[in-house]
Formats: sequence, C-alpha cells, structure tokens
Amino acid sequence: MRAEAGTPRRPLFEKALVRRAIGDSFRKLDPRRMARNPVMFVVEVGSAFTTALFLHAWLTGAGEAAPWFTLAVSLWLWFTVLFANFAEAMAEGRGKAQADALRRARKDVVARKLAEPRRDAKVEETASASLRKGDVVLVEAGDLVPGDGEIVEGVASVDESAITGESAPVIRESGGDRSAVTGGTKVLSDWLVVRITADPGSTFLDRMIALVEGARRQKTPNEIALGILLASLTIIFLVATVTLLAYSTYAVSATGRGTPVSMTVLVALLVCLIPTTIGGLLSAIGIAGMDRMVQANVLAMSGRAVEAAGDVSVLLLDKTGTITLGNREAVAFLPAPGVREEELADAAQLSSLADETPEGRSIVVLAKDRFQLRGRDMKALGAHFVPFSAQTRMSGVDLDGRRVRKGAAEAIERFVREQGGVLPAEARDRVDDLARQGATPLLVADGPRTLGVVHLKDIVKGGIRERFAELRKAGIRTVMITGDNPQTAAAIAAEAGVDDFLAEVTPEKKLEVIRKYQQEGHLVAMTGDGTNDAPALAQADVAVAMNTGTQAAKEAGNMVDLDSNPTKLLDVVAIGKQMLMTRGSLTTFSIANDVSKYFAIIPAAFASTYPELQALNVMGLHSPQSAILAAVIFNALIIIALIPLALRGVRYRPAPAPKVLRRNLLIYGLGGLLLPFPFIKLIDLALGALGV
Amino acid sequence: MTASTLLLDAVYFALLIALGVPLGRYVARVFAGEARVAQRILGPLERVLYRLSGVRPDEEMGWKRYALSLLAFNLLGLLAVYALERLQGLLPLNPTGMGAVPSPVAFNTAVSFATNTNWQSYGGETTMSHLTQMLALTVQNFVSAATGIALVAALARGFVRKSAETIGNFWVDLTRSTLYVLLPLSLVLAVFLVSQGVVQTFNGSVTVATLDPAAPGAPGVGHQTLALGPVASQLAIKQLGTNGGGFYNVNSAHPFENPTAWSNFLELFAILIIPAALCFTWGALVKHKRLGWVLIGVMAGILIPLVLVASSAEQAGNPALRPMGVDDAASVAQSGGNMEGKEVRFGIGSSALWAAATTAASNGSVNSMHDSYMPLGGMAPLWLMQLGEVVFGGVGSGLYGLLMFAIIAVFLAGLMVGRTPEFLGKKLEAFEMKMAALVVLLPSMAVLIGTAIGSLVPQGTGTVLNPGAHGFSEILYAFSSTSNNNGSAFAGLGVTNVFYSAALGLCMLFGRYWVIVPVLAVAGALARKNLVPATAGTLPSDTPLFALLLAGTVLLVGALTFVPALALGPIVEHLQLHP
Repeated sequence: MRAEAGTPRRPLFEKALVRRAIGDSFRKLDPRRMARNPVMFVVEVGSAFTTALFLHAWLTGAGEAAPWFTLAVSLWLWFTVLFANFAEAMAEGRGKAQADALRRARKDVVARKLAEPRRDAKVEETASASLRKGDVVLVEAGDLVPGDGEIVEGVASVDESAITGESAPVIRESGGDRSAVTGGTKVLSDWLVVRITADPGSTFLDRMIALVEGARRQKTPNEIALGILLASLTIIFLVATVTLLAYSTYAVSATGRGTPVSMTVLVALLVCLIPTTIGGLLSAIGIAGMDRMVQANVLAMSGRAVEAAGDVSVLLLDKTGTITLGNREAVAFLPAPGVREEELADAAQLSSLADETPEGRSIVVLAKDRFQLRGRDMKALGAHFVPFSAQTRMSGVDLDGRRVRKGAAEAIERFVREQGGVLPAEARDRVDDLARQGATPLLVADGPRTLGVVHLKDIVKGGIRERFAELRKAGIRTVMITGDNPQTAAAIAAEAGVDDFLAEVTPEKKLEVIRKYQQEGHLVAMTGDGTNDAPALAQADVAVAMNTGTQAAKEAGNMVDLDSNPTKLLDVVAIGKQMLMTRGSLTTFSIANDVSKYFAIIPAAFASTYPELQALNVMGLHSPQSAILAAVIFNALIIIALIPLALRGVRYRPAPAPKVLRRNLLIYGLGGLLLPFPFIKLIDLALGALGV
Repeated sequence: MTASTLLLDAVYFALLIALGVPLGRYVARVFAGEARVAQRILGPLERVLYRLSGVRPDEEMGWKRYALSLLAFNLLGLLAVYALERLQGLLPLNPTGMGAVPSPVAFNTAVSFATNTNWQSYGGETTMSHLTQMLALTVQNFVSAATGIALVAALARGFVRKSAETIGNFWVDLTRSTLYVLLPLSLVLAVFLVSQGVVQTFNGSVTVATLDPAAPGAPGVGHQTLALGPVASQLAIKQLGTNGGGFYNVNSAHPFENPTAWSNFLELFAILIIPAALCFTWGALVKHKRLGWVLIGVMAGILIPLVLVASSAEQAGNPALRPMGVDDAASVAQSGGNMEGKEVRFGIGSSALWAAATTAASNGSVNSMHDSYMPLGGMAPLWLMQLGEVVFGGVGSGLYGLLMFAIIAVFLAGLMVGRTPEFLGKKLEAFEMKMAALVVLLPSMAVLIGTAIGSLVPQGTGTVLNPGAHGFSEILYAFSSTSNNNGSAFAGLGVTNVFYSAALGLCMLFGRYWVIVPVLAVAGALARKNLVPATAGTLPSDTPLFALLLAGTVLLVGALTFVPALALGPIVEHLQLHP
C-alpha cells in the first residue's frame, strides 16, 4: 500500500516518451481540444490575444505597451499552455507505451473453427478477426488463443505473460472458476475447445488498450465537480480583471494621472489568477491514477471505479487467499493414548512424503523440526503412494503391508472401522476441540490403529494485521467473509484483526451483505473470481475480479486484477485515495498561489496612476514590467515543476482524516501561500540581470 | 483604541453568545414543534391563520414548490409595497400629506424591502406616509426576515432527511418564524425603546421654538419642525430582522430613533442576536450541537478583527489634520480620533462597532456616516459586505450563505483527505458544487460588474460627490451593499436617478433570489440522498480545524475577488493619507 502502489516501475521521464510528449503538446493546441478544459482554454485565448496585440504594436508601432513586453508576456502565456499540454501528453504517453505492447499481442491469427463444440468436430480455418460471439474454436499447444472465451472442453497450461507480465504459465480448464481464456495468450501444452465470448473490437485486450490509451476517457463525477469549482473561479477572476479596466479608467479620469491599465497586463493578471496549476495538471492526474492501477497490474474499467475506490468504507475480504494463505500448515502432533508423539510424527511424515500439497509438505517440515526425521526415498523403500481423492478424502502410503493414512476425521474413522479398529474417544474429542478453535484436524491411522491428530492451522498472511490496523485508522472497515463455521471464522478473524466477520457465507448471502452495507450508506469493495460471485461483484461499488476467474466474474466487476491477488484490494483503495488527494492538494496550492501574484502585479499595473501602491510591492520587484513577467513566468514554470507530483501522486499513508487534512493544508495551503514569494523575487532578479 | 472601546466590544460579544445559545435552541424547538409554552399561547393564533389562508400545515413540499411559493409570496409583497407607495396620497394615515413616491424610487424601495436589503434612496420622514411605513415597509421587514429563517429550516431538513422528496412547507415555516420568533422579540424591544424615548405616535409632526432665537430678518429660523410617527414599532424589527431601513433619513443616528446609550446598545445588540442564535439553531436541527459553535466561531473570528481594524483606524484619526494643530487624542473630555460623521453621544467605540456589525449582518442601519470614516475604517464595513454577507449576515441568509461556503470548503478538504467529499453525512457532488458556486459567484459578479458600469457611464460618475479614490469607494460601496442585500449607504453618492434606482434594484434582486433558489435546490438534492455513516476517514465538521478551513475559504474568496477593486479605493486612499 505504501511503496509499491506509489512508485511506478517505469522511470518518470523516459527519453522517447518525452520526445513524443513534446510533439503532442503542440498538437493539443487545437482549440477544439482545448475547449474541454475551460481554464487552459482561457489561457490559450489570452495567449492568442496578446500575440495579436504584439503584432499590432509591432506593425503599426502604436501599441498600448512596449512591443517587447507584450511579446515576452505572450510567449510565456503560450509556454503555460504548452506546459499543461506536455503534462497531459506525458501522462497519456505512459499509457500509450503500454498499449503498444498490448497491441503486439493482438495479432491476427488463423483460428480453427469447429462446427460443433467437440474436439473431433469438423475444422474450418478462418481469420481470428472474423470470429463472432458463440463460435467454437480449437486451440492446441503452440497456438495463440484467437479471442476471449470460455473453455468448453480440455485442460491446458497457458502463457498469459502478454497480458499479465507474469511469465509462469497457468492452468486453464473447463468448468469451475478457471475456465476463461483471453485472446492473445498462448497455449503451451495440451489443447482446449473454447467458446468465443466477445466480438472482435470488444475483447478484453481491445478494452484494455482503449483504457490505457485513455482514448475513451470520460470525466469522472469528481472531476466534473472539481471542474465546476475551477470554472467558477475562472469566471470570478475573469470578471475581476475585466472590470479592472473600467476601474482603472475611472481612476485615471478622476485623478488626471497616468494611463489605464494595459490589456497585456490584464491578460497576464488573469492568467496568473485563474487556477492554471491544477487546471493544467487535472487530466494528467486522472490519467496517471489509471496508469498507477495499470502499474499495479489492476485494470480499472473506468476512472469512476478508481475514484470510488478512494471512497470505499467497507472492504469485504474473502478469507482464503486474501487474509490467510490458501493453504494450512501443520503446527502440532497430538498422539492418541498409548502412542508416542514421535511415532505419530513418523507415520504422518511417511504418509506425506509424496504428497505435494502445501499441507503435506508442512507435515514433513514439522516432523523434521520436532524429531529430525529426514525425508526418505519412497522408491528405495518400495512404498506405494495413495493420492488424495474426493471420494476417499484421504491420502497415504502402502509400505511393507502397512497401510498408513491421513485425512479428514470422518474418512479416517471409516477407514479404521473398515480395518477392524475403533476410533478412541480421546482422539474424537481432540478433533472436536481443534475444530472449535478454528483449526483443521487431520487424523492419522496405521491400519486399524489410530495414531493421533495432526493440528493444521490457517496461516494468516504476514503483515496483514498491521495493514488492517492502518485501514481502521483511515476509517475503512474490514469484513472477513468465509464459508467456514462461526468458531473457525471467529478464531481467524481475531488473529487477523478484521473488524467483523461473516461465517458460513453463501454467494447469495454475500449479495445480501453488500446491499445491507450500501443501505447504511457505505461504499463496498470486494474481490471475487467465481461465476457465483458475479451478482455480488455487480452490486459492489468497487469490484475487483481475479484474472484467473470466470468471464462472468470479469464482466460483473469494474476492475480486473491481472495478478489475481485478492490482497491487491488494499492497494486499489490507496491509489484511489491518492488520486483524489493529489487533485485536492494541487487545487489548494493553485489558489493559495494567487495571493503572491496580487502583491506582484497590483502595484505594477497601476504604477502610473497610483504610485502610492508601491507600498504593496513587498517583494521589492525592480520594475513594473519585470514584476508582471516574473509572476507570469513563475505561473508557467510551476506547472512543469509539479508534473512529477501529478504523475506520482502526493504521499499517502492511511491516517485519520483530520491528520491528513492538517498535513496537506500545511504543505499545499501554507506552502502554496509562501513559496511563490521567494521564487518570483528570484525570477525578478534574473530578469534584472538580463536587463529587463 | 481606548479601553472603553475594548470593554464595549468584549461585553457585546459575550452577551451575544450568552443569549444566542438559548434563543437558538428555542428557534430549533419552534421548527421541531417542541416549543411547548409558546405553542400553548400562540398555537391557536397559528391555527386560525392557517384556516383563514387555506394552508394545510402538514402538507409537505418539494424544493421547487417551496421555491415557487416563496417567490410568489415575495413578488406579491413587492407589488403591495409599490402600490402603497404610489397610492399613499389617496390613503389614510398620512398626516403630513405626502404625495406619491416617484416611480424609480418606489420600485427601488419595493425591491429593497422585499429582499431584506432596506437600501434607502429616500428620506423616510419626508417621503413616506405613516401607512406606507407601517403597512408596506414594516410588514416586509417581518416577512423578508421570516423568509430567511424559513430557508434555514428547509435546508436543515435537506441535510437531516434521508432519501426524501420534500423539505417542509413554506407557509408553515414562514408563519412560525414570524409568530414565534420575530413578533415576540420585536414586541419586547419596541416597548423597551419607547421607555428610552423613541417616539411612537400617529401624529405627523410638531413645530417647536428653537433655543437659539431667530436672527432678525432670517425667515423661518427660530422654529423647527420635528417629524414624528410610529417609529419604535418599525425600529424594533428593523434591527432584529437585519433590515436596517430607518424611519428617519439619518437612521439610528437620529435622536428620536436612538435617544440613549441604552437604546444604542440594545439596537446594536438586536442587529446580531438572531443571526448569532441561528448558528445554534442549525447545530440543534442537524443534531451536531458543536457545529453551532464552529459556525459562530467562524463568524465572530472574522468579525472581531475587523471591528478592531475599524475602531483603531477611527481612533488613530486623520493625519492630514494633525499639522493644523488639531488635538485628536482621546481624553476624558473628548473621544479623540476621527469624529467626522459620528454622533458625539456615541463616540468612536460604539460607532465603529455598529458600522462593523451592521455590515457583517446584512442589516444596514447606521448610527454614524460610513463615508466619513478613515479609508481603512470604511474598508472594514465594505469588505464585510463583499464577503457575501455570510459573517452573521442576514437573518437566515447569512447562515445559509456560510453553509454554501462550507460546501466548497468541505469539497476541497474532502479531496485533500482522499474521499469524495461529504458534509453532515451527505455526499457533495457536481450538482451541489454548481449551486454553491452560483451562490458565491452571483453577488460578487453583481458587485464587480455594477461598479464597472457605474464608474464608466456618465449617469454613474455624474453623481459622485468626492474626487479620486474616495469617489470610487462610494460607487463600489453602493453596489456591494445592494448586491449583498445589506442596505447601508456610504453616502456621498446621489442614487435617486434612473440609472442607480434601476441598477441597484436589479443588484438587490440578483443578490437575494439568485441565491435563494440555488440554496433550495441544494436542500432538495441533499434530501434525496442517503446518509453516509461517519468513519475515521470522514472529516468531522465540528472541530477547530474545520472552523479554520471555513474561515479561510470565506476570507480567501473574498480577498481574491475584491483585492484589485479595494486597492483602487480604500487601500490607495489610505496610502495617500499615510505616505
């Protein structure tokens, strides 16, 4: 949530990106595009106007201000526009680079269309671009998947690195929650029969390209609201500067001194006052927010979703995979009466040697730690491994006539009975005890003899408790969702430090829970991957679907996590908040800046009528022209200076709102008030050195 | 500044808060229908009024219907005032035989009283009949103030209600504000003022012999005509309802309108008591009692420094007079400082406090002439109006104005803490921003554009009596006062011509209704929303930090909008006097 979310992997100013952005800055001068951003549009109109004033003064020799001064002002106004365009172009460029990489994955391939959804059906070769929803295709080892789809038949390992950047292949199979494949990914082994679920142009890859390119970027509700505020400020300042011409004219006629304030100065004042800093960086901040999501390998379907993430007040977290590691770990051997602990450990280890599940491996590790029991070579022993199956619900080993088994309590009880033994009452109690504590008991038996219980425990992810505590400080409630019984759930919940938990949850109940929280006014975020999660995903305000999940889940969510890491939800919240904070902080900064600009420009603008106003020239700027130019130059340069902040976002750490506000007010409010004074002075000194 | 000035200010603000709290809570109970004692006494009258006017008190209105009822009622009031002014020559209760009021002035006055501005481009005792004063002007004083209070109640419902379509019933809010709040307070104050010597009679005028005998041959001198009338009854609501339109031309500087130190303090107190109390009403209505303290803290926190600026600027006196050997030091024998345009009876402390209070609240009554203040002393009242009349402000209108600023402040603060902003559990989105921006924007626009036109056209500049920067301040003050529904005059500017009557009249209309309608729209939009539960991530609105943020927003917007204009008026005038 801290480091990884805030720091993009790509360096901020890449040479190629910068070169392209510079070109784009000029292309973006097109007034039709500028009009989308009222603040910068006003600056562009102002620049054009002062340029016209300069040309008029230059050609006729009768200007209202010195031609060189008008030229200098208009050049810096153009720079202001260009710098803002550059910021936007930089933000877009980073997305475009990503899009280009994706586009390479979207190759036109030859698809093998099947007449019927069977592997042995008749094959017709066709271009992937002509595939439509509902078509069925065969994809074999070495083929690129021709389009998004659902696996109808088959199991295969798939290389999804083109989309996820993750090089390890993943298993995809029909049925269940891993049945979706994405166009552009590559089947490495085996074969798949895939029913296409998206028409060309609307595939996942297409949508992803459009998103990272920002081609279909719509303003988010919050951007619209902020836009209204900025436009209002622009109108106020527009009126305040235009009316100044009338006031100045009155002052000249009433005092008989000086000349009315020049148009050039008025335009300069206007541009300095309107919130150009935030106006110029606003779209860059939004694009960069999306980009940070992409860097975190999360694909937000809209900027609205990113924004909503910042508002989330309830996180519904699946226990498995999010709060706990997906697997359990053996922590103790609890022998049955008359059995030594070492004997139990030995049998448990033996039955797990060939067991590649994390649980099995953890038993081997525990046996080694407790009794220095080394791994043994199963083949040398002549042992026969009995793998776990859904029917038997146990696994084990047959060796020298011994039949060692470990498994769920009922399964082992049945096994012991079949072997002619009886499960001791003590072992039975142990099992019940452990279940009550939220642990998973595993019985171990050697033939009819019950050896004891292995205590398997859910492993809460490292550091998760601290992260939940941080979220609590930021006012976000964490709710653990699990299908476990209430006792188990309560124990894990206490260990992980979530605010609340819901046990024995069915998908329908999930939906109900979300609705309940929303009724109370909360914004709810959740992750999900299964088809049965889809209704809940559709209902949640922020719904992150796992990329490994089904097509239905991905359609229902408004974000897709390409890494399929449910803990990422926490990063998503951080990125959303960071984006809003960046906007707010830069707006405050931009408005606070105005105070200094008044001190620079007001005494200068009316120097000829009211020289007394020099008393307000607190910075001691050396001439009216240099004062105005210094303010304009500062106003332009600050945009460039803040591009890194806009792209990276302001620092975010979860903390109570008043604390965050106090900090940001101090930095961006007070800082924005004071910072320009020394810098305008410095620019004035530099201008003086240049002879202005 | 003298010790007596500081003592007066301290007592004034302490009493304001001490009495504001219980009054505010009482008003909240009135709207909640829980003011038991008052309802037992006045309830029957309230019900009779509803029956007579066919109002069904339990009928709820959506914001649009509420707004339409309000506008229709105000328009009707405006027309009634206009008609009474034009026809007063034919109507009774006109002992001095006043003729019809000229139509530009009649229009301007009708707008002025309906909008709670009480800008007066006429001299009361030489223009209006008793009937006009009582039936037209005093009635508007009551209902325009009640309109403001009603709006506060409606807006509070918008914040408290959850997924609701309605925000109350305008007629009920109007009736309750008048009957339970304004009438009883006015009655008490009027009786007290009569006890101090404020006149209250249906007689027209008396002629008395002056103490100074007539110089031989000088006609008429030796006698003086003293205008009389129903002053106390109009005066009480004029002060309490932040109306400010005096019976006499010189307003509360007139000895019959403000005879004693007691009457002066009470009238001064009456200016701010209801706006102060409504802060606590708000806290009680939205169930955030501490928010009431935050709001009053913001208001007092802005006003008190400006009171001190005005007092010290006046006490410092005029540096141009000093080389002439004028003694302007305060002593037992004299107030010292700049006494031009001030009543010797009241001195500097009382006058400066009144000037600041009357412009902070959109009252506009005066007990001294603001035009004669030192540049910075005059700038304090001028800027208080330009802040949008949200520092205390008009009865009701100040509070809802400040709450619109709060919406903007909360929006920025919300962004800075990384959440879509919410205020009192309601999410603030584009629509609320648009409306709040309109409220902040329109009066400022009216001031700036009005002043620009006034300082360009000959009809505007022709009636300016003072040269240079001070003349500019006079135009700026007139538009600031009317656009923000204050109504106080800087004087030094002839405003009875068609240009000023019309332009200032329009500014008053913009300043009032272009604010009211967006505020009601916000109330309607908020009522429809669900309440967001507060978490640690929510920015609490009842803390000093929030107060600071809100005050900062008001001051920054006010400064950024008006600094250039002020620089060419009072600021440069001050710098010219103090090189």
